[in-house]
Amino acid sequence: MGDRDSNVKLLGSCLSPFASRVRIALHLKSVSHEFIEENLLEPKSQLLLRSNPLYKKIPVLIHGANPICESLIILQYIDEVWPHAPAILPSDAVDRAESKFWAFYVDDKLVPALIAVLIGESDVAKKAAVAILEEGVVLLEGALRKLSKGKAFFGGDNIGFLDIVLGPISVLIGLSERFTGVELLTEAETPSLLRWTHDLSSYAAVKGLLPEPEKFAEFSVKLRPILRARFAHK
Amino acid sequence: MAAVKLLGAWVSPYNCRVICALKLKGIAYEYMEEDLLNKSPLLLQYNPVHKKIPVLVHGGRSICESAVILRYIDETWPENPLLPADPYERAVALFWIKFADDTTFPIAMMYLITGEEQKKAAKECSEMLETIEEHGLVEGKKFFGGDEINMVDIAFCSVAHWLGVIEEVTGLKAFEPHKFPKLNSWILNFKSVPVIKESLPDIETMLAFFKGRREMVLASKSS
Repeated sequence: MGDRDSNVKLLGSCLSPFASRVRIALHLKSVSHEFIEENLLEPKSQLLLRSNPLYKKIPVLIHGANPICESLIILQYIDEVWPHAPAILPSDAVDRAESKFWAFYVDDKLVPALIAVLIGESDVAKKAAVAILEEGVVLLEGALRKLSKGKAFFGGDNIGFLDIVLGPISVLIGLSERFTGVELLTEAETPSLLRWTHDLSSYAAVKGLLPEPEKFAEFSVKLRPILRARFAHK
Repeated sequence: MAAVKLLGAWVSPYNCRVICALKLKGIAYEYMEEDLLNKSPLLLQYNPVHKKIPVLVHGGRSICESAVILRYIDETWPENPLLPADPYERAVALFWIKFADDTTFPIAMMYLITGEEQKKAAKECSEMLETIEEHGLVEGKKFFGGDEINMVDIAFCSVAHWLGVIEEVTGLKAFEPHKFPKLNSWILNFKSVPVIKESLPDIETMLAFFKGRREMVLASKSS
């Protein structure tokens, strides 16, 4: 039992919403770990290049000698290796599938649109991105109402997989509202999601682990060439 | 057990992934072929977000996205597991399934492009194959899953079966057996598995389909 908990490292960045997901999950499960900050503006560290040779991206969870890459995969790994409460993934198989469906939607559709807004792509690209985001938040509002079954979070009374996946990304949604002047989360269109962002930010396991919008905004200018290169082919 | 329906399109490798999994597990299902140019109300009802196949319907509840469907099938019918039991090995398998999702989707669509775009796609395809050859496949291992096929092998079915057809139809060359010996062995091994042979669409039918589509694309580009 003690062996399972030994030697857990998280290679990440305070700025990364993807690393944020993993930090929240580890905190939720009370898994003590070493957080190794990767400076996203510096050349990639040897540890990162060794641990994720294919994609060279954070976050990477290093458990003993094993590196686990991709935030969604890491979340599932954490839930399996530390299966004690609270559970991250829903217990119902179809709910599990739906949560993963929406997690893919967030990462495949919303994140590239957010990046396009935040790195200052062309006006045409930004307009298209905003359209995707406007549609996306309405769909997520529906998903929240359905999956929460009337409770505060996608996971019900407590946060779960989709809350952890979307939570840090919602910081970027807030930022993009500032960058574009277009309100995405509104009382009229997305009241549940709006309430959810407030409930999430005061949730104990999440406090202090979401990317700080001011810091992210400040660094987004410096991050622009990096983000452009990383997401250019998508 | 509740009824299982699969909404699919025979020409789609994503549909094929699900058929492979259902057949490997011996799960009885009703198959409904979708006309992708004239989507059924049922498809729009079960996948309102993406309106895409495949969609698995189990006991009236729908599951969308082939990678999600594969996990759902594996969890709901746990006999003949398609993922390793060890959490780390499982994470590695999921990594390769994600890699397949991220990099192989252009294969079935490559008949749509010509000229510079096609050259670029062929180059990206070669890089993808190199990555699998170098990092994904282990010398001496028959399949990604070891001695038996697993979810990762299934996830790469487009490389095993669609790539050759698309190359023949478009003339582009990304795969060469001598350049990718491990991948070559894997393709031969994968396609010899009886359940897989049963699940893959007929090559001649595929060639006819993609040749026809290719002709339409070239005709529209020259007009």
